[in-house]
Amino acid sequence: MKALAAAGAVAVLLALPLVLSGYAITIFILIFFYAYLAQAWNILGGYAGQLSAGHAAFVGIGGYTSALLFERGVTPWLGMFVGAALAAGLGAVIGYLGFRFGLRGFYFVLLTVAFAEICRILASNVEAVGGAIGLYITFTGDPRHFQFRDPRAYYYIALALMLLATGVAALLERRRLGIYLTAIREDEAACEALGVDTFKCKMLAMVVSSFLTGLAGTFYAFQNFSLQPGAVFGIPLSVEILIRPIIGGAGTLLGPVLGSFILTPLAEVSRQYFGQGGLHGAHLVVYGLLLVAVVLFLPQGAYPFLRRLLRRGAA
Amino acid sequence: MTALLTVAKLSRRFGGVQAVKDLSFSVGEGEIVGLIGPNGAGKTTAFALISGFLAPDAGEVRFRGRVLRGLKPHQVNALGLARTFQIVRPFPRLSVVRNVMIATLGRHPAPAEAERRARAILDELGLGARAETPAGSLTLAERKRLELARALGTEPVLLLLDEVMSGLNEAETERMVELVRAINRRGVAILLIEHVMRAVMSLAQRIVVLNYGERIAEGRPEAVAADRRVIEAYLGDEGVPSAPA
Repeated sequence: MKALAAAGAVAVLLALPLVLSGYAITIFILIFFYAYLAQAWNILGGYAGQLSAGHAAFVGIGGYTSALLFERGVTPWLGMFVGAALAAGLGAVIGYLGFRFGLRGFYFVLLTVAFAEICRILASNVEAVGGAIGLYITFTGDPRHFQFRDPRAYYYIALALMLLATGVAALLERRRLGIYLTAIREDEAACEALGVDTFKCKMLAMVVSSFLTGLAGTFYAFQNFSLQPGAVFGIPLSVEILIRPIIGGAGTLLGPVLGSFILTPLAEVSRQYFGQGGLHGAHLVVYGLLLVAVVLFLPQGAYPFLRRLLRRGAA
Repeated sequence: MTALLTVAKLSRRFGGVQAVKDLSFSVGEGEIVGLIGPNGAGKTTAFALISGFLAPDAGEVRFRGRVLRGLKPHQVNALGLARTFQIVRPFPRLSVVRNVMIATLGRHPAPAEAERRARAILDELGLGARAETPAGSLTLAERKRLELARALGTEPVLLLLDEVMSGLNEAETERMVELVRAINRRGVAILLIEHVMRAVMSLAQRIVVLNYGERIAEGRPEAVAADRRVIEAYLGDEGVPSAPA
């Protein structure tokens, strides 16, 4: 039943570009892209309960790495994995500092923000990586360069990324590590008493999460053909990444995806609507209100609520 | 009887308070030892020192012939020493069976096998019917049994039980005593912190008494119960009838 529903949903998403307009395809690319990022964040922030507000750093490192390598003739298809590996390296450093020295809650959040800001400031000031202007990628339109003339190619790649991250999360849920993470989120000391190496588990979650997030950087770079330090390393992107799983349901398999399906179109529409009226940034007000509503009425997120509704409907 | 656990000259200070001082005792294989003493005597600190949650200032803990210095709690657990917490610490949002699986997964990494073992333990402790319930909605008596179930799930050879009877009514206490006895019969040694005297007296083969962090008596339950220093520690000097002049 579940497998059937999943197969049906995937089939619909595969067929959609046949009927969608160009603008709608752009929106769907964003939905998938942010769902992918949300899912990658969810592994660390949702399942393991280690809140990162600096995940933009991994996007930035992934994007900058593949863009700089592309300038030197390395295909982004390879560069994306180099970038992801570097992002995972930074993740390991942040994780080591945070978990070895027992930084929890707000302190861990601050640590992640601090590292992302250091990355942003470095990227803004080092001329070799474009400084404050950032990097522009030469358009070739060659698929071997991760560049496509048809937006539907980006649609399918973004869809594949979203399915990949959701597959990783689904696999994790069934394995020992994923089960341990859900307990670590609840009580670390009790986990230790039961023989769980909490440090190792959290490090693994961090490395997987930052690696996946790093992959997204290449997609971002070669879809937008430009990278600005403020856009890819900045706090606003980190917020975009973490707000979707929180609204959709952190630590659930489909929460991050649902969160992106709710928030991304909403952000786009309000950005368009308010932007035309000169009210830039008004979509953030919408985020804020939605977040308040979710925290008040659905503290577990939208997905667990939806699941209960569906069950009640089925019974 | 060979010693499974040997605690030698263990000390730990918190600021101005000497919580545990020069504490030495041992637990033999398959033995039940009671650790008693008034509130604040250092019993729970002793547990934390033995199980790797706290580092001692001095002294050492030897378990199965190995000195435990510098080991993290999960490493101590992997050696076969499991503990429970006085204030029970279930994972409230996880189901009861998931709670126990966190313990059984250590020795059985395949989730299906870990779950099978978790369910067997829950059935044995009379929690089988509650397996799918979130642990946060259990009664206190059930939580105490869950705490025990989880510790058992790590397949210990020595079990440190921190007040698993406190807060239980008479029937529940009786049941817990039977459970502890049954676990012990399978060869698991037990070190028991307990305030419920009747339970300790009936379970323990030997009792160690702590007061102000120091061992003030040790011996068979009847001998300890009659010990003048022990009675003084519990009742204060006035509680003890003074010897006729």
